[in-house]
Amino acid sequence: MNASYRWLLDCVPGLQLTPEEIGEHLALRGAPLDGTVSPGRGLEDVVVGRVVSAEKHPNADRLTLCEVDSGKGVVSVVCGAPNVLEGAWYPFAPVGAVLPGDLKLKKVKIRGEVSHGMLCSAKELGLGTDHGGIYQIHGEFIPGESFIEAMGLDDVTMDVEITANRGDLLSHLGIARELAHAGRGTVLVPDFPDDPKISLTFERDLEEARLGAVGIRIEDPDLCSRYLGAVIRGVSVGESPAWLQQRLRGAGARPINNVVDATNYVMLELGQPLHAFDLNKLEGTSIVVRRAGEKESRFATLDEEHRALSSDMLMICDLQKPVAIGGVMGGLESEVTNDTVDVLLEGALFNPQSIRATRKKLGLSTDASYRFERGVDPEGIELAVSRAAALILSTAGGVIDGPVLDCCPVKFEADVVSLRLSRIEHVLGVGFTSLEVRSLLEPLGFQLADEDEGVVNVRIPGFRSYDVTREIDLIEEIARTHGYDKFPAEMRPYRPSNVPDHPIFELEDELRRVLASRGLFEAQTPAFVPKSEGDVQVANPLTSTEPFVRRAILPSLLRRVEHNFAHGNRDVRLFEIATSFRKTGTGEPPREETHLAVVMTGRREPSHWSRQDEFIAVWDLKALLETVARISYAGAAEVTIEADVVAPFHEGTGFAVIDGTDLSVGHGGLVLSSEIDAPVWAGDIWGFEITLPSNPLRLPTPEHVPLPTFPAIERDLALVVPIDHTAAELDLLIRNSGGELLESLEMFDLYFDPENDNGVRSLAFRLRFRSADRTLKDKEVDKSVDLILRRLKEELDVEPRG
Amino acid sequence: MTDKSLIAVLKKLETEGLAAVRDASDLGALEKVRVELLGRKEGSISVVLRGLSNVPPDERPTVGQEANRVKKVLSGALVERENSFIEDMSISHEDLTLPSRPTWEGAIHPITQAVDEISKIFRDLGFTRARGPEADTEWYNFEALNTPLDHPAADEQDTLYLTDSVLLRSHTSPVQMRTMEKHDPPIRIIAPGWVYRRDTYDATHTPAFMQVEGLVIDEGITFVDFKATLAEFARRYWGPDTEVRFRPSFFPFTEPSAEVDVKRVITRQDGMREEMEWLEIMGAGMVDPAVIENAGYDPERYTGFAFGMGPGRIAMIKHGVNDLRRFFENDVRFLGQFTS
Repeated sequence: MNASYRWLLDCVPGLQLTPEEIGEHLALRGAPLDGTVSPGRGLEDVVVGRVVSAEKHPNADRLTLCEVDSGKGVVSVVCGAPNVLEGAWYPFAPVGAVLPGDLKLKKVKIRGEVSHGMLCSAKELGLGTDHGGIYQIHGEFIPGESFIEAMGLDDVTMDVEITANRGDLLSHLGIARELAHAGRGTVLVPDFPDDPKISLTFERDLEEARLGAVGIRIEDPDLCSRYLGAVIRGVSVGESPAWLQQRLRGAGARPINNVVDATNYVMLELGQPLHAFDLNKLEGTSIVVRRAGEKESRFATLDEEHRALSSDMLMICDLQKPVAIGGVMGGLESEVTNDTVDVLLEGALFNPQSIRATRKKLGLSTDASYRFERGVDPEGIELAVSRAAALILSTAGGVIDGPVLDCCPVKFEADVVSLRLSRIEHVLGVGFTSLEVRSLLEPLGFQLADEDEGVVNVRIPGFRSYDVTREIDLIEEIARTHGYDKFPAEMRPYRPSNVPDHPIFELEDELRRVLASRGLFEAQTPAFVPKSEGDVQVANPLTSTEPFVRRAILPSLLRRVEHNFAHGNRDVRLFEIATSFRKTGTGEPPREETHLAVVMTGRREPSHWSRQDEFIAVWDLKALLETVARISYAGAAEVTIEADVVAPFHEGTGFAVIDGTDLSVGHGGLVLSSEIDAPVWAGDIWGFEITLPSNPLRLPTPEHVPLPTFPAIERDLALVVPIDHTAAELDLLIRNSGGELLESLEMFDLYFDPENDNGVRSLAFRLRFRSADRTLKDKEVDKSVDLILRRLKEELDVEPRG
Repeated sequence: MTDKSLIAVLKKLETEGLAAVRDASDLGALEKVRVELLGRKEGSISVVLRGLSNVPPDERPTVGQEANRVKKVLSGALVERENSFIEDMSISHEDLTLPSRPTWEGAIHPITQAVDEISKIFRDLGFTRARGPEADTEWYNFEALNTPLDHPAADEQDTLYLTDSVLLRSHTSPVQMRTMEKHDPPIRIIAPGWVYRRDTYDATHTPAFMQVEGLVIDEGITFVDFKATLAEFARRYWGPDTEVRFRPSFFPFTEPSAEVDVKRVITRQDGMREEMEWLEIMGAGMVDPAVIENAGYDPERYTGFAFGMGPGRIAMIKHGVNDLRRFFENDVRFLGQFTS
């Protein structure tokens, strides 16, 4: 809501606050300022000038040569407009002045005549779109006085943030109420110049109000509970007086003509949107309020757009056709123009939900719909119509024709809400007496009955009838008006949470800590992906290129690797823990799983003069995958070789993680070059993705094993192994054959002679034998080793190297 | 020569000898010192010991003992000094200003760090961590939270829908309802998680971002507890001198509702204390009785408070990052600035 500082001051006479102080005050009332602007900004150099004489330019028919009294002497000015009047006042930009758009005025010669400045049009000043003629201003001025001051543009437009519950603050009067409380003054509807001081009468009826040829009927009272129509005849439509234009500009609105300006003025002042029809363009000079008919599918609004109607939209119609979309926007055909003589002034109350549905369907939010959606004061409508009528009479002339037609099928009844003093303390932690409650609520328009056994009945004013309907709403008003900062902030005892810590957080913490300590960076990437990477679609996606939410995280990380490559980063190690979305039944929420993805490329360690650079290889991937699997599945998962490797991993490099129930919960390997856009210098890219258990178990508490008291005997075995036997097979066989005495087994060397490919390779194992209760003898160990060698030979055709 | 003067000589020898050992700059110099002190012929100690025969017999043991003690001290010092030279020599061909042998240092994402820091403070204040789905229904995201879909308040978050009634949660508040359905009070939880909105990328918006929700439900929880807990959090997070301000606001699921602002006091390097501008850090309020009722509890018996904050914004402020998008580019040169 744009509020004019001067207008607010008019509504609270005696209020002595600067715009900054008003901002501070409103912030503490729940309506902070989003910023301020001055409507006269950029016009600081413009002065008021009087044209002393104007004659045709000697060398150009369409130019005028003027003598202008600029306050600093009379200067000659060449003017491009034909309508310059001798003796009239105009905004004048002297040489050296800077106009909006950084236009700096210089002394120029136009067709042989020197021009010492410029008489400005409204457009040049940013005050309108009229570029045709220069902007004549009316009134008594002093040559050279500031244009901003002369025009009352020395205002401050304050952008007040209004929360969705406070429709009553979408008006100067509403904001003024918040400023006036706490003895700062009383709110009043300010006087305006030439107020005809009319006193309207109202012709009320439940369904149809009629007076002579003019009638108003409401057919759908569920969407329109009241409709007032005032007939004003004999207006002359034209420009609004300066004071009215200033107020509108101060509030960030643009003047249009005196009739429309009057309705806008009242809306900005009181919050009630109004509309003016050209009465004679209404068929049967009557209004019917009803839903759009089946055949009424298109309608031209004021903004010259054709709107598609539907039969749930409330339309203001004449006897034949729609003339306005109720509470949203008027129609083009019935709009007030310069030729309008008779006006029907509409003031109505529309159903907020219906207005909201209509404007959403139309994609058309207007000042009116915005207010109706948030609730317009049902008790303020008569004042609003009266005031707008008076304004029109004062600025456009004309007379009120008869009483105001008031069709009122649903009568507004103010709510009375019971407020228990005990409940105030129960919620706020501080007690309030009924006297205190009264002093806090009454200045805001609430009416309080006398306390009766701890209960106070509160009548809710119409303008708060939307957001204050319950006891808790009143308690908030008490807290707000008392001031949040006046409540103590002392820690009081509390009971511990009955909700257990969700175990996945601890697992995620642990994984993050481990991965970061191994040199990886945690990444965060948004969940939106192209169709190829997701199977859950967003119905109203932000971009057409990423309309899905992802099922896997690794592709997002690969995109981040590409970003890093593009910036010359060769060593990239990223991980992310995020949600994977999978489709379930129609209309059901998708299945969500927490995934961990890792991607690594580049050097294993930073370069150092003491060592050769090594690059991340499959063994690094495998080690990390084993660590992650162990932590995630509390030791119950296993890393195995993937038989059927699928994208994005390269065949022959794939690992799978198998959980305790034989389910495959993770995959890793070398990323296929087709899966990532990598520059030629990029190294191998390794990655994996693992599903974290939804209810992770903790790693078992380590149980202490007593340290050995007897010495061990170590034996190294160098074995010649046929190429088709894996290290894992040997490992298993040796362990199974080693008996109880074999304490540990470690493969420590691998040799393969590529020059002499004889179908074998050489693997070396270090075996450590130990007994828990005695010192082993060499003979015993020899026996064990012999058994191992025999079984290796028998079962795998493996022999010790000669 | 009397024993007294000999003992004084020995003491002097000890002091000077130790200084000479200390001052020897290399092995050669040290060898020279050794000969001067302990050399068999001319060494000072040997000279003293040889002079022992001139000492009266009853005083000899005292002087002898002292001479042996000094000899031992000096020998020890010589060996120690020699060892230090030998150690140095073994690596002295290396230039110790050469760079150390590094390993990669990783980092937890700065926004996660903010979440962790926030979580830690609340866990210290008796909160546990809860979680809920990121794709949820209109009921949990709006209606259960007292936000009718036909009220303008439902617009404040432009929501991404998956189907007619299933959406990507636009805030973490659905976790409030889901937690209350599963657990009885006392409830003291925080719920960090991703939320989604139809916001285009700019310096302060991304369509997906982290939020930290909080909820307290129990008997006797009041506005005073609400203010105290959040002010305590703010001071622990932003510093003990931080001013905290509660401003009225509107959220459909809290009443009274508040925005919480902090004003930090920063001590500059020159010791001057500087007050920062007010900073909006969270939306909060007393849980609306309608929400408590929707969860199946008696709002006359139970009250509570709830809050929500954006760790992304907090991380921006904390680290001086002026564009939220930096956090999602995941450039390792950026992430590398947040190693712990």
